[in-house]
Amino acid sequence: MTQNIDDRKSFERAKKNTRPKTNYIKNSVMAFGVGGSICLIAQLVTNMFLSWGLSESEASILVTVILVFLGSFFTGIGVYDKLGKFAGAGSIVPITGFANSIVSSAMEFKAEGPVFGVGAKMFSVAGPVIVYGVVSSWIVGLVYYLYLLIAR
Amino acid sequence: MAQKLERQTYKFHNTISINAEYAIVGREEEEGPLGSLFDEVICDDNCSAKSYELSEIDLIKKCLLGVMSKADFEPNQVDMVIGGDLLDQLTATTFGVKDYGFPYWGIYGACSTFSLGLQIGAVSIEAGCADNVIVSASSHFSTSERQYRTPLELGSQSPPTAQRTVTGVGSVILSGRGNGPYVTYITKGKVIDFDQNDPFDMGTAMAPAAFDTIYNHFKATNTSFEDYDAVFTGDLASIGHDIVTRMFEEKKFKVRNYFDCGSLMYDRENQYVNAGGSGAGCCASVFCSYIMKMFRNKELSKVLFVPTGALLSPTSQQQGQTIPSIAHAVVINSKRG
Repeated sequence: MTQNIDDRKSFERAKKNTRPKTNYIKNSVMAFGVGGSICLIAQLVTNMFLSWGLSESEASILVTVILVFLGSFFTGIGVYDKLGKFAGAGSIVPITGFANSIVSSAMEFKAEGPVFGVGAKMFSVAGPVIVYGVVSSWIVGLVYYLYLLIAR
Repeated sequence: MAQKLERQTYKFHNTISINAEYAIVGREEEEGPLGSLFDEVICDDNCSAKSYELSEIDLIKKCLLGVMSKADFEPNQVDMVIGGDLLDQLTATTFGVKDYGFPYWGIYGACSTFSLGLQIGAVSIEAGCADNVIVSASSHFSTSERQYRTPLELGSQSPPTAQRTVTGVGSVILSGRGNGPYVTYITKGKVIDFDQNDPFDMGTAMAPAAFDTIYNHFKATNTSFEDYDAVFTGDLASIGHDIVTRMFEEKKFKVRNYFDCGSLMYDRENQYVNAGGSGAGCCASVFCSYIMKMFRNKELSKVLFVPTGALLSPTSQQQGQTIPSIAHAVVINSKRG
């Protein structure tokens, strides 16, 4: 066993010296640029709808629908994953990334059929986001309710 | 009978010859530096098959037929097929062999499957339990991404330590008669776990297993790097390769002519593969093309071939377990004994 401990120490030293560096600056800049551009496009479309006389809530719903469509469309034609490889969080965080996670899962499991494949696996990536989104909205709602009780 | 040198290492006395080899890969692998050496390249990852899994099965069938035609064999002359892949319950290999009526042993050793197969094949021939054995190992980028990671079209980044699963399959015919090169020694691997738990860093997790097997092999056979024309590990990629090199240097070994199949497979500068290639088909296809071609051209005469495997499952990983790994070594020699 002693040899094993020696090997382990030697391994830990070797491991420490061979870590590749992640280029955080480049990744951040790419994420900011791509994510920012997606948001900019959304804002421009929103402003256009507002100038057409739609209400703020109508405009934001329409923009959401359009972005989800675009995210799904570019996933379907095999472009979104290539964007994600260099944009990282920039293409994951906007709602287009959410659309991508659902459509990519649905496409992936098409071979397993409409029920056990697409139906069951569609939310395999997006499911946790929905679950914890709902759970955190409960918590925020509860805190807000208690705040109102105390503040009154 | 084989001769036991140490608990892990055995020397063979009978002829165990590699009579033919065949390798098929995908497009991405063809674009790598070894691209022109493979026997066949498939059109793309699903190759007009209904699913990626069917395309992997097709790949294995083509490779079995390819290696048999190279050796001028009919299916009924093959005593056994020993093979494996990365899919649950070894479906790719099992479905690949089922039409030909071969006696079949399905084996799993993750990315070390190919050398595990060579060892079992060699032991069977040495023991007289078979005369002609096909050893095969395959992996497929799209089927393994589906099983182990995330959907293919999901736009996510992978860290620089990650490796790309090779779409590829390699098969050899091992035989009790033939003109070599020959399998002369084997060193069976132990399961080693140095508490690594990053599934995007398999090279680091497998490096200690490679070190352990190679070190014990050297000790048992009283050899070192100088005694081999080359030492090939499988699928440690650039980072694992560096770790093994450093561990041997700490033991005062002169590391020379040491290569890794995962690093050889791709051009890391121009292909999005991060640290390099991985997958059971990686070392199998590199062995059946690059390494065997050098043997046939007499550029190599003695090689230590050590594929490594990370023995994790999606379940063990999600439950927070560490990554156990293994490495099996085979000595290939152009001369007998």
